Amino acid sequence: MRRRLHIRPQRVLKHLFLILVSFLSAFPFYWMLSSATNDTADIILGRVLPGRHLLVNWANLVSAGKIGTAFFNSVRNAVVLTALSLFISSMAGYGFVIFRDKWKNKVMGVLMLSMMIPPAATLIPMFRMFSQLGLINTLAGFMLPSIATVFLIFMFRQATQSFPYEIVQAARIDGLGEFNIFLRMFMPIMRPTYAAAAIVTFMNAWNSYLWPLVILQSPDQLTLPIYAGSFRGGYVLDYGLIMLVVTISTIPMLVIFFALQRSFVVGILGSVK
Amino acid sequence: MTALGAPRPRGGLDKRTARKGWLFILPAVLLILALSFYPMIQAFLLSLQKGSGNNLSYGGLSNYQRLPRDATYVAALGNTFYYLIIQVPIMLLLALILAVMLNDSKLMGRGIYRTLIFLPCATSLVSCSMIFLQLFSNNGLLNNLFMRWGWVSEPIPFLTNAVYARLVIIVTMLWRWTGYNMVFYLAGLQSIDHQIYEAARIDGASVMQQFAKITVPLLRPIILFTTVLSTNGTLQLFDEVRIMTAGGPGVGTATLSWHIYRSTFEQVPRFGYATAMAFTIFVMVAVLAFIQMKVGERT
Repeated sequence: MRRRLHIRPQRVLKHLFLILVSFLSAFPFYWMLSSATNDTADIILGRVLPGRHLLVNWANLVSAGKIGTAFFNSVRNAVVLTALSLFISSMAGYGFVIFRDKWKNKVMGVLMLSMMIPPAATLIPMFRMFSQLGLINTLAGFMLPSIATVFLIFMFRQATQSFPYEIVQAARIDGLGEFNIFLRMFMPIMRPTYAAAAIVTFMNAWNSYLWPLVILQSPDQLTLPIYAGSFRGGYVLDYGLIMLVVTISTIPMLVIFFALQRSFVVGILGSVK
Repeated sequence: MTALGAPRPRGGLDKRTARKGWLFILPAVLLILALSFYPMIQAFLLSLQKGSGNNLSYGGLSNYQRLPRDATYVAALGNTFYYLIIQVPIMLLLALILAVMLNDSKLMGRGIYRTLIFLPCATSLVSCSMIFLQLFSNNGLLNNLFMRWGWVSEPIPFLTNAVYARLVIIVTMLWRWTGYNMVFYLAGLQSIDHQIYEAARIDGASVMQQFAKITVPLLRPIILFTTVLSTNGTLQLFDEVRIMTAGGPGVGTATLSWHIYRSTFEQVPRFGYATAMAFTIFVMVAVLAFIQMKVGERT
């Protein structure tokens, strides 16, 4: 009892430090949200409290145009890419373990080398290749480079190693085909891994900037990050409107973050074990 | 139950099943070959070609010879390394310290701290760049507060002075990525047996000694992993620079990716030359990862 009441200065310092770091981490979010409800004049005057200009900012944003297009495209791109990517990459991760042999291990080793290839280095050849194939301004052009990623394959490979092999054997005896075993046994059982993988993949697609900037140049293919970034130009920035765009593009991720924090963390940790 | 990591009975997989297995792997393998390895080879070949637009002809290593004479390239290279050398060590050390603090299960408010510090991971780089652009501009919140409190009489040129602007970009990256790295360290710390620390405490080891002699060595693989990951990311830094400073003032905050993008998509494209610059990023990523792995294994 006495020990608990005894306040050690070391502990107080630790809490002060953590409170400071937490405040610095959270404040920019608060600033984003509260600025979305203020008009630019108030923001420039340093108004920290929420205001009443949300609807005005919204009206300005709507009249600036394209917010609907950008939101729709971002959702479409991220959803389709996530579905495809999870399917293709998990199939490979599963295949590398269930049908393991010497050659497949070698192939996996070669694939791992692709982690050393920075996207910035292949940007230009990819752009030229995709323009020759007519993939500029298409969903396929946006998605193709990220459908199969070593990160996801590795993550599913690790997960498959803890998948009980008896299930596969029993299903084979029951006469289920190999693909059906994957579809009807593996996929439902591994739902948590899929959830985690879906979150990282969705987040990466939702947030990606450089590749869409290069490949989705037409205004009707606009995505939220590109739209938000486009307000950067000009001498006088309409901060109220900018913060509203930034809020709109951040809220879906925040919702996922708070609703599924565990999967979020597992997704980020991914293949590391 | 046999986990698949364990060796399986020999002859468990007949040839036909093994062959079917390739069908599972093939789509992903083909995609990675076509969209990662093939472009990398193309990149090397393209980097040997000179000319602008689509009028390209082989010019040997002339693009590479031009690099040291391109003032923007040299500045961008310098800036990229400046970000790398300052930001990555501070971020990883801070992440490690926070992880150690939050690994204490008796700590009050642990969950809340962890959530708040991890929160910046939910923003896109564009969003966080826009927020920090506001915070640090001449009419932004920080200058406003500093002037209101009488700390300064005129706005600090955070984004228009190269020295400040580079620091602001570093601060933005620290904000966005420290919590992300902390998560890796927290996961690693959870696998360290508590009894090791108990024993060290009984032997009279101080907190600092425990950190240096137990925590850091046991987390070495994860520290190595996050170092390689952050180095890789910083060498390709683009979003923050394009949004917050557009490379400026002048080329004061420019990075390699920014220079490559600008000279390809905002000027008359010199694909060959830009790809030569890009190829140097690949070489640096590979060389640094190799060095880091060598150092990480030995110490």
